[in-house]
Amino acid sequence: MRQIRLLVVAAVGLALLAVGPSAAGPVTLGPVTDAVGVVRIARGQPIVLASWQVISGPNASLGIDQNRGIELAIEDKGGRLLDHPIRLIREDSGCNAEGGVTAATRIAANRQVVAAIGSTCSSEAVPGAPILWRAGIVTVSGSNTAPVLTAANRPATLTGYLRTAHNDQVQGRVAAQFAYFAQQVRRAATIHDGSPYAEGLANVFATVFRTLGGTVTAQEAISPGDTDMRPVLTRIATGNPQLLYYPIFVAEGGHVTRQAREVAGLARTILMGADGLFAPDFLRAAGPAARGMFLSSPDLSPEALGPRYQRLLERYRQKFGERPPAAFHAHTYDATHMIFAAIERVARKDAQGNTYIGRRALRDALFATRNFQGVTGTLTCTATGDCADPKIVVYEVFSANPERWEPGTDPKPVFPRR
Amino acid sequence: MRRGLARLTFIDLFLWGFRLLVILLVLYGTAGTLRAGRYSAEQWFDFVIFGLAQGGIYALIALGYTMVYGILRMINFAHGEVFMSGAFTAYFLAIWLGASGVLDRRPLVGLALVLALAVAVSTAVALLVERVAYRPLRRAPRLVPLITAIGASFFLQYTFRGLYGAGIKAYPEIALFVGEVGVGGFTILRTQVVVLVTAAMMMVALYLFVMRTRTGKAMRAVAEDKDTAALMGIDVDRIIVVTFALGGAAAGVAGILYALVFKQVHFFMGFIPGIKAFTAAVLGGIGNIPGAMLGGMFLGVVESVGPALFLDGLGIVAPYQLKDVIAFTMLVMVLIFRPSGILGERLAGKRA
Repeated sequence: MRQIRLLVVAAVGLALLAVGPSAAGPVTLGPVTDAVGVVRIARGQPIVLASWQVISGPNASLGIDQNRGIELAIEDKGGRLLDHPIRLIREDSGCNAEGGVTAATRIAANRQVVAAIGSTCSSEAVPGAPILWRAGIVTVSGSNTAPVLTAANRPATLTGYLRTAHNDQVQGRVAAQFAYFAQQVRRAATIHDGSPYAEGLANVFATVFRTLGGTVTAQEAISPGDTDMRPVLTRIATGNPQLLYYPIFVAEGGHVTRQAREVAGLARTILMGADGLFAPDFLRAAGPAARGMFLSSPDLSPEALGPRYQRLLERYRQKFGERPPAAFHAHTYDATHMIFAAIERVARKDAQGNTYIGRRALRDALFATRNFQGVTGTLTCTATGDCADPKIVVYEVFSANPERWEPGTDPKPVFPRR
Repeated sequence: MRRGLARLTFIDLFLWGFRLLVILLVLYGTAGTLRAGRYSAEQWFDFVIFGLAQGGIYALIALGYTMVYGILRMINFAHGEVFMSGAFTAYFLAIWLGASGVLDRRPLVGLALVLALAVAVSTAVALLVERVAYRPLRRAPRLVPLITAIGASFFLQYTFRGLYGAGIKAYPEIALFVGEVGVGGFTILRTQVVVLVTAAMMMVALYLFVMRTRTGKAMRAVAEDKDTAALMGIDVDRIIVVTFALGGAAAGVAGILYALVFKQVHFFMGFIPGIKAFTAAVLGGIGNIPGAMLGGMFLGVVESVGPALFLDGLGIVAPYQLKDVIAFTMLVMVLIFRPSGILGERLAGKRA
């Protein structure tokens, strides 16, 4: 008898795991009825947001930068939303799939979390965002750029996922155009590290470059954590590429940059990375070998983003005592404000001053964002969660001195010309 | 007889089939690669040298695993962190020497100082781990020190993260070691010459120490039988300390060689080389010093040459992503053919 009961419990548990939150039926709590669930925030209690960013390991600067963007946005609100204090929970997502799963699971276990901000790396979001949405938590990323996350045929498990960062369909195109037109390159090679971000971006680059009429001599891959790139670079050198595009991360990117110059046949090859390398930490990792290389990344120069970004930057420096160490603080700042605006739109109060937020309603309000005036541009979300107003440029690295990192001057945007 | 046959048909047939399959794949891939003629002789030479340099570093780390295993029958999983601690600490000295110009004016003196610091720190950390984490557990069941070792590994990683930060640091370039040297029509990077020569010297020195000195003889005696060695008047605790110190020193040297070749150091840098070096020790036959050297070199070369030689010919795109697959397939193959590693685990009489 007991066994049968156990079996039934297990079967029900499995069934609950298998179907999404929407199958649970509408929930009514206070004045709000919602198909997915309702968060009740008692009077005086905090509205809880969760950040899942990489804050340890070689890519820590990417996530730390974004957490600061969130803090600045919370500061804008004076730390309060709808008369509740805002509380931010931070999880470390590690810039890999395992870290993403861990962070998302920890956030999903907290029933008070209204919305999440993250992740940093696309590899975290691919397995992590479905875990959050299964718990009814919508997440907005300020730096995931992999095309799969917002592709037209994305799985239903990503229903609760949006981003304010650009889609790499855009970045890969700009990078390929830069190689073909500005550098007059006809033979190029790519390296990715198997992560959704790097693989997606390298593939977009290769596809566009071929369409333009160029030849892709090799589409190589390494593994995260690799240090000896000389063998793979030797293999790439057999195809005599004029340009090498490696949209990977800081540690491995540093090794490729240093070692490319030591491999026979690549001494004059143009080196080019992407926004995952757009950080002073990369210059530390790559050393003087980074001098003269190119990086595709969002345009953070004053001409592109205007005075509002300048003021944000000023506050950033005052509050944290240094320049932003990566490229996505502004996108994450915008993501946080987008969430605030959506919460303000859907939250309902009862007579006692308790606040109720419908999870499905919050998700729908975020997807309905139109002409949102952010620091990174005017944001409008598509049906698959792309909200960015992408401004991608190619930067040239001049001094390769991490202490002189100053996007706009060094590295300086060189393409497209203004 | 029939029972014997029945047993043979199932597991053995599968194993033989597997061996045959891998060997055929390797041969087919190699033939395809060589026929395609994509790589020149210089490039093959480069692959081998890259592999040997990487393998020399693996071998030096593997020595620490294998010596400790030989004596205590335990895997010191914190050894990767011993390697990290020396290189990471010496980074600060290297940067200071680089900024003050010593590394350019007197590169060898500067490097010797950096090396000395790295060896000192790695040795100290190895001894500390032995004293705090392993000695109190000497009589505990074998699994206990293994778990402690993993704990010590995490503890060290995050201690150094707290001390020096989570970001990446990079050693300065030393002008003396930039560039290449010509050897009989081929060129080798100077850093790789330094790595190969230093690693070879270290290994020979260590081998001679273990085979020719009194302490070395005592180490071998303890490895053979701790209790009998103690009865013969050997201070077993002291010998274990010496073993950890030697392993730590070798890891310190490996750390600096790694820093010369790859420049980057961070708190997590010991993890992957540690795993690879452990693999190398198992490949060569764990507990066996020449085995660790051979295993390290073998692993390094297979990682470097393997993807190009075996996989290119099979028409696999981006073969270098599969470098670890090749390395671990080789491990499986070696262990199928020789379950105790290339040189064997227990060489009772002549074990080094």
